[in-house]
Amino acid sequence: MNEAFIYDAVRTPRGKGRKDGALHEVTAVSLSARMLDSVAERNGLEADLVDDVVWGNVTQVAEQGGCLARAAVLMSGIGERVPGVSINRFCASGLEAVNMASCQIMGGGTACIAGGVEMMSRVPMGSDGAAIAVDPLLAMGSHFVPQGISADIIATEFGFSRKDCDRYAVESQKRAAAAWSEGRFGSSVVPVADQNGLTILDRDEHMRPDTTLEGLGELKPSFQDIGENMPGFDKVALIKYPHLERIQHVHHAGNSSGVVDGAAAVLVASRDFGWDRGLTPKARVAAMSKTGSDPTIMLTGPVPAARMALDAARMTVADIDLFEVNEAFSSVVLRFMQAFDLGPERVNVNGGAIAMGHPLGATGAMLLGTALDELERTGKSTALVVLCVAAGMGAATIIERV
Amino acid sequence: MSDFRSSVDAEGVATITWDVPGARMNVMTAAAFSELEELFDAAIADDRVKGVVITSGKKDFAGGMDLNALSEMSRSAGEEPAHGIFDEVMRIHGILRKIERGGMDPASLEGGKPVAAALTGTAMGIGYEIPLACHRVFCADSPGARVGLPEIRVGLFPAAGGTTRLVRKLGLFAASPFLFRGKTPDPKAALAAGLVDEIAAPEALLETARKWVLAAAGKPVAKPWDRRGYRMPGGRPYDKEGFPVFLGASSMVNAETQGVYPAAKAMLSAVYEGAQVPFDAALRIEARWFTKLLMDPSPSAMIRTLFVSKKALEKGERRPASAPRREVRRLGVLGAGMMGSGIALVSARAGIDVSLADQDLDRAAAGKAAAERILAGEAKRGRIGAERMAETLSRIRAEPDCSAFADCDLVIEAVFEDPAVKADMISRVGAAVGGQCVVATNTSTLPVTGLADAAPDPGRFLGIHFFSPVHKMLLVEVIRGRKTSDDAVALALDYVSRIRKTPIVVNDGRFFYANRCVIPYLNEAIRMVGEGVGPALIENCAKRVGMPVGPLQLVDETSIELAASIAKASRSAMGAAYPDDDVDAVVFGMVELGRLGRKARAGFYEYDDSGKRVGLWRPPDAIAPSRAVQPDPAEVRERLLMAQVLAAVRALEEGVLDNPKEGDVGAVFGWGFAPWSGGPFSWLDATGTSRAVEICSRLAARHGERFRAPELLAARERERRRFH
Repeated sequence: MNEAFIYDAVRTPRGKGRKDGALHEVTAVSLSARMLDSVAERNGLEADLVDDVVWGNVTQVAEQGGCLARAAVLMSGIGERVPGVSINRFCASGLEAVNMASCQIMGGGTACIAGGVEMMSRVPMGSDGAAIAVDPLLAMGSHFVPQGISADIIATEFGFSRKDCDRYAVESQKRAAAAWSEGRFGSSVVPVADQNGLTILDRDEHMRPDTTLEGLGELKPSFQDIGENMPGFDKVALIKYPHLERIQHVHHAGNSSGVVDGAAAVLVASRDFGWDRGLTPKARVAAMSKTGSDPTIMLTGPVPAARMALDAARMTVADIDLFEVNEAFSSVVLRFMQAFDLGPERVNVNGGAIAMGHPLGATGAMLLGTALDELERTGKSTALVVLCVAAGMGAATIIERV
Repeated sequence: MSDFRSSVDAEGVATITWDVPGARMNVMTAAAFSELEELFDAAIADDRVKGVVITSGKKDFAGGMDLNALSEMSRSAGEEPAHGIFDEVMRIHGILRKIERGGMDPASLEGGKPVAAALTGTAMGIGYEIPLACHRVFCADSPGARVGLPEIRVGLFPAAGGTTRLVRKLGLFAASPFLFRGKTPDPKAALAAGLVDEIAAPEALLETARKWVLAAAGKPVAKPWDRRGYRMPGGRPYDKEGFPVFLGASSMVNAETQGVYPAAKAMLSAVYEGAQVPFDAALRIEARWFTKLLMDPSPSAMIRTLFVSKKALEKGERRPASAPRREVRRLGVLGAGMMGSGIALVSARAGIDVSLADQDLDRAAAGKAAAERILAGEAKRGRIGAERMAETLSRIRAEPDCSAFADCDLVIEAVFEDPAVKADMISRVGAAVGGQCVVATNTSTLPVTGLADAAPDPGRFLGIHFFSPVHKMLLVEVIRGRKTSDDAVALALDYVSRIRKTPIVVNDGRFFYANRCVIPYLNEAIRMVGEGVGPALIENCAKRVGMPVGPLQLVDETSIELAASIAKASRSAMGAAYPDDDVDAVVFGMVELGRLGRKARAGFYEYDDSGKRVGLWRPPDAIAPSRAVQPDPAEVRERLLMAQVLAAVRALEEGVLDNPKEGDVGAVFGWGFAPWSGGPFSWLDATGTSRAVEICSRLAARHGERFRAPELLAARERERRRFH
C-alpha cells in the first residue's frame, strides 16, 4: 500500500456567520473555488492534474447542494476533467475529506485536493433537515437531544463546572489572539479577495481577545430553557443517563464554538507526485479513524476515535506532540483531556473554534493545517487531529512530519 | 334490529340517525359500520337527496368504539392477525372516506353532496371521528357534553382517520392536547379550539344542520386537504415552521411517556409520516401503525384493566348476589384526621349524610374545615359551584363523640393506627350504633379478623381501606374478615359504588393487598440506598418502568416515621423470620438524623422552607456506603418491578386476592403500578412466565431469596398457563 502525504494546507480567515459578517457576500461556490485555485497556484499544478476533489460540507442545500464539489471545480481553474464529491460527516467533514483523499492515494491514486466549506451565514445550519431530530421512530429510539444539551450532559457526567468551561474559553481566546499577533499561522491563511483582487477579509473576524471570566459569567446558559421547560430535553437525557439527577446547563455562546463562514483545502498526494514535480511533502498521514458512539451524549466520540487512531499508528498519547481537539463546546475538549490525562500545554495551543469559529464542513481541514503550521514552527513531529461529530460519531487523523 | 335508520324529507335532506336499540349511549361495532355504509350509499344514490345529516336518536351522539371488541381484535383477527386488523381498519377508512367525498368526482372534486354531523351531545372517539369526515360539524350545547378523542387514555390512538384528520385540520401543535392528552372539551371550548364548526341550542340543532345542508347543496364541499394547494396548518416536518414543532413533539412524547407507552409513539409516527404524503396514503400509514399497536400486548391489557375490569368491579361484579340492597343514608366517621375528613367529604359529595366525630368537637370541626378547604380549592378552579359546595358541606355534621352514630347505617373508624386504640374505639362504636349498622375499619395494616373481636357482631364488621388522599385516589379495598357476612360485604360495595370509587374485595391478611405490594417495593428502593446505589438512579429507573413517582419520593410523602413504625410492628410480628434488617438500617439511620420525610422537610429529598422538593439528599457513608461501580439500570428496574409483581403473585397464591383481575385493577389504581402494562398479572402474561421465572432466579442468586419465584408462578410456567 502506498503512503499519503500532505504537501500543502490553506484556509480562509473565518468571517462572522451573520448577515453583517465580512464573508456573507461571498458565495459558497466561489469561496471553494478560490481555495482550489490557491492550492493550484501555490504548488504550480497545471490543469486537469489532480484525481479528485473531496469536499466536506454539512448543509448541502441551496447553493451548497447539487454536488458543490463539482460546481467548485468548474468555477475554478483546476480543469474540467477533475471530478468532485461532496461529503457530509457533520463537523468532521473537512477532516473526513482529507482521510478519504488519503485512502485514494494509498489505493494507488496520485493527487487529490481535499477540504471543505461552510457558509453558515448564507445557508443556515439545520436547513437541510434531519430525520434523527424529527422522525419519532428514530428520535425516540435514539433518545435524540440537540448538541448543546449533549455538551451539558458531558459536563454533568464528567464533572465540569460552569467555571471550568468558562476558564477554558478564556484561554482559547488568549491563545488565538497570541497566535495571530505572533503571526504563527504564517502564509497558510489566504486572504479572501473579490474579482478585482480587492481584499474582503484577511483575518479571523470572530475573536474576542478581551474576553474575561467575569464577562462570561454574566451570560445565561443557552440550553437551560429547552432542557428544563419546552420541550424538556433533559427528561429525555435522563432516560438514557438515569444515574444523573439533573443536567447542569453550563454552555453558552461564549464557551461554545462560533458560527462562522470559511473554507480550507489540503493537497494530498503520493511520494512520486512530489518527486516528479519537485514538491516536498510536509507530513505523512500516519493513521486515520472514525467511529460511532452514543447519539444522546453525542459528542464523546473523540476519545474512542483517538484511541483507534493511536492503535492504528502503534502509538500512545506520549508519542503525540500536539493535539487539535475541535472546540465544539468547552466540555468536549475538557473531557478529552480528562480521558487521556493531558495537560493544556499540548492541546489546542493556538486556540480553536471557541475563539475563531467552526465553519462546520471546513473545520477538520482547518485544524489539520493549524497543527501542521505549529509542528513546523516548533520543529516537532506528530499531531493528532480529532473532532466530535453530530448524531454520535468521532473522527481522527494522526500526521507525522517528514 | 339495526343501529342506524334513515329518512328523506320533502326538501331532499336525508337524515341518518344513530340509535342503538336498548342502549343509553351509542357504541360502534364492526357490524354497525356496515349499516352506516349501506344507508349512506343509498342516500348518495338517491337522486332526490341533496345532502345528508348524520345525527343521533339519543341525548348524546356516541361514546366511542366497543372497547371489548377492540381489545379482542388481535385475538379474533384470524390466522394472520396483522392482516386481519389492517384490512378491517382500511374498510372503516373506506367508509369514512366515502362520507367525506359525498359522492363527488375525485378528479374534478365536483358533484359531492354536503354531509353535516349534528351532535346531540357527547361525541367521543369514533363518535368524533365520523363527524371529522363530514363537511360541517354542528354540536348541541347540551350540559355535560364532551367532544374529543380520548383513545390515548386507554392505550390506543384514534385510528379511523381521527389522527390524520385532526392534524390536517388544526396542525400538530394545536391538535396535540386532544390527541396526546385525550383532552375532551365541552361544546363551547370545542368550538373555540376548532373541533366543531358551530354550536346550537339542542332543540334547534337538527334544523340548523338541515338548513346548512340545503344551502350547501350544489356547491363545492371538498375538504381542504382534498383541494389543490392545501397547506398543513403549523407546517410539515421539513419546512421552516413545522421542523421545531416536530422536533419538540418527539422529545415531549418521549419524556412524558418515559418511552413505555406504545400508543403515543405509534400515533406520533403516524402523524410524522402521514404529514409528508397525500391524504389517502396518510390514512394507510395510520392504519399500519394502528395495526402495529394492536399487535403489542400493552393496549389490550390497558383496556382490560383500566376500562373493562374497572367498570365491572364498579358495577358490583363482586357483590354477593343474594344479599339485600340496603342504602347507606347516614354514615358515621370516627377520627377526623386526614383520612376521616376525606372519607366524610367523598361521602357527603355523593349525597350521604355524615356524622364526623373525634375525641372532642374541636377536632371534629377541624376535620370538617379540612374538607371545606379541599372544596374551596375545587371551587377556585371552577370545578364546582358555590351552591354545590354549600350543599356538600351541609351534609357533614361535626360531633363531639360517637353517641351521634345511633342512626347510622355504616360507621367507618379512621383513628390512630394502633391495635389497642382501634379495639377500644371499635367497641365504643359498637355500643353506640343500632343493631343493623355495619362497622368498618380503615386500617391499612392491622388484620381485620383480629379487630373484629372488639366489635359486637363480627359478621357486621369488615375493612374498608381508602388510599390517601381520599378525594383523589380511586381505589378502595374492601376487606373480608374471617367472620364477615355477605350482607356486610354487599353494603360496603354498594357504598363504594355510590361514592364512585373502584372496589376490590380482598381477604384478610397482613397489609391486605396494596400495602402488601407497596411495602416490599419501597423497601427494595431503600435497601438499594443502603447498598450505595445512587438515589437518582433508583428514582429514574422507577419512572422508566412506568411508575408515576419515584419510590424514595413516595417514602418521603408517606413519611419515614411511618416506615419505621411499620418496620417495628412487622419485626415484632415476624420474629426471626424478619427479612428486612438491611432496610431498617437505612430507615432508622434516617430517623436518627431527623430526616422523617416531607413533613419534616428532610428525607431522601431536600426541601426548601415552603416544603417544595429541591433535590435529592446525598446520604452519608454511614447510611449509604459509596461504591465504585453503579449497577446496570436494567437490573435496578427489574428489582423495583419484581418486588411488586412477586408480592402480587403471593397475594393471589395465599388467597388474599381472589383473582388476577382485581390484582391488576388494585395495582394500577391503588399505587400506580406501571399503567402501560395493565397491572402485575398482565405484565406477567405479556412478559411470559418463563422469562419472569428466569428473571427471578437471576435476581434471587444475586440479591436474595425474596426474589425466588413463588410456587404459583413456577406452576404457571410449567403448565404454560397465563393469568388472564
